[in-house]
Amino acid sequence: MYAVFRKELADHLASRRFAILFMLVFLAAILAIYVAIQSIRSVVTPTTEFVFLKMFTTSGETLPSFPFFISLFIPIIGIALGFDTINTERASGNLSRLLSQPIYRDSVINGKFLAGLAVMSTMIVTVIAIVAGLGLRIIGVPPSSEETLRLIVFAIVTIVYGAFWMALAALFSVFFNRAATSMLASIALWIFFFFFMSMIAGAIANVQAPLGSSPTAEEMIRNYGIQGTLGRISPCTLYGEATTALLTPELGSLNAALMVLSTFTSGRMVTPLPFNQSLLLIWPQVVSLVALAAICFGVSYVKFMTEEIRSI
Amino acid sequence: MGQVVVETNNLTKTYDGFTAVDGLNLRIEEGEIFGFLGPNGAGKTTTILMLLGLTEPSSGTAQVCGHNPTREPLKVKRIVGYLPERVGFYEDLTARQNLRYTAELNNLPKEEVEQKITDLLATVGLSEVADQQVSTFSRGMKQRLGIADIQIKEPKLAFLDEPTTGIDPEGIDEIIKLIVSMAKRKVTVIFCSHQLHQVQKICTRVGILAKGHLVADGSIDRLGGKTTGGGRYRIEAEVAQASPELVTSIQRVNGVLAVEPSGNSLLISCDKDLRGQIAKAIVDSDSLLVGMKIEEYSLERIYKKYSREA
Repeated sequence: MYAVFRKELADHLASRRFAILFMLVFLAAILAIYVAIQSIRSVVTPTTEFVFLKMFTTSGETLPSFPFFISLFIPIIGIALGFDTINTERASGNLSRLLSQPIYRDSVINGKFLAGLAVMSTMIVTVIAIVAGLGLRIIGVPPSSEETLRLIVFAIVTIVYGAFWMALAALFSVFFNRAATSMLASIALWIFFFFFMSMIAGAIANVQAPLGSSPTAEEMIRNYGIQGTLGRISPCTLYGEATTALLTPELGSLNAALMVLSTFTSGRMVTPLPFNQSLLLIWPQVVSLVALAAICFGVSYVKFMTEEIRSI
Repeated sequence: MGQVVVETNNLTKTYDGFTAVDGLNLRIEEGEIFGFLGPNGAGKTTTILMLLGLTEPSSGTAQVCGHNPTREPLKVKRIVGYLPERVGFYEDLTARQNLRYTAELNNLPKEEVEQKITDLLATVGLSEVADQQVSTFSRGMKQRLGIADIQIKEPKLAFLDEPTTGIDPEGIDEIIKLIVSMAKRKVTVIFCSHQLHQVQKICTRVGILAKGHLVADGSIDRLGGKTTGGGRYRIEAEVAQASPELVTSIQRVNGVLAVEPSGNSLLISCDKDLRGQIAKAIVDSDSLLVGMKIEEYSLERIYKKYSREA
């Protein structure tokens, strides 16, 4: 497997695809820093606790924040690294040659997936390090140990999220014979989850628990509850919630209904959650993401392993 | 008698009700160049895939160099080279890099690999383009690279699946030469091809597969003899009247193996071109010789005969 891993890694690093993706991510990082520098003074007050994290989450008037960029780009990177895992090998006539070498069949898919994962992890860690480093230099506030921990967990969650998209793309690459089909299928699914899922969740919630012209708190809680639950079908939402809780500790809860409630009660909790509580809060989201990634990879693994090599 | 390299016992493969290979019994000995022939879809590639352990047989067993490919695929793959039909390489890597990757997958010691790659590329005539990307290669160059690729691991047995398809005549000659040179180095070669003329030149034995059955198996001489009635040549002599006396007198000609009357013609089988002697025998027995045709058996004839029968 090591040979496959090394070759795939070398291929990725030398490919144009990698260069393009890296530029994209680099651009996102620069934009995020730019946004942060522009508006960080207006959001930070002398009582603000997590100044360093603020740099990551601040969004400008026209430009979105760093987590938003990341949540937009990570699926694209995952798909780009995974969509041709198997089918291109097959189409190019390499697969049967590769499988006739004395290696286990799963070394091929494992090696390729791990190489993609390694490339993506490098990208994610690099971009976070760039933002952190530049930010440190510009705003001059060093991160506290808690902030550092939160950023590390943020990186891990982001890698898991990317791994999910890569596994999904790899899954399609095992099932579809053409690389273009598997890429389109992955992108279609991403668009569905990213753009449409929340709309659909909203629509269903409005049918199930309609909001009148002046909705009561109870109605709103029901409506938002349904919307939140349905929204969590989408891995995009899961990731969004996890990063929000990690990077904005002031947010006490991910429960949409509870958040609505807190706007009704004047005494909204502003005490930031301690690190371990934030972790607890995002635990279900992270576990779901890991599970989704594992399922996708598992299915493609089984399909690839049991598939007959046929002469066509 | 060499050592048996490949032996199958009622090897059968069924895909969703369709039997691709049906009760195949094959025995190939060390050092042979075995021509594995048959129309497209006859089950040649399926057989090879089963022998490599890439596809599981539905029933029956196979042994490759004493290993069962289904149970011990890695042991088999270590000693068997497979050149698939329409072989592909990583297009953005150079020829040398592609071969290096194969060597790595085979866990070959690094010190020896570079020299071996250089030697092999020279053997297949690709030294000059060794560091060019494979995407610039022609079909024939890729096939030659494929032949280098399977030799990296120094196989005991090589499966070549249609290595000459879609290549110009000169390219075919080069590939045939490489196959012969490979066989000289004690590699048993199993060679699928539709270039019957080339197969006839180099193969020591052929097997013809049709609809999953092995319909013919043996040396070309033996199979050819069957199509021509025993000998290397078949002479068709048209006479005014094919009398039994004439048949006997032709049979007496030295070297004639069999005579078979068919209408006004006599089908004579022999190992040498005996047209003169036969003409004399016909004239001597006071018959009129109208015409004479001679035919040497060819693999094409053998092939057509057996694949039609199936």
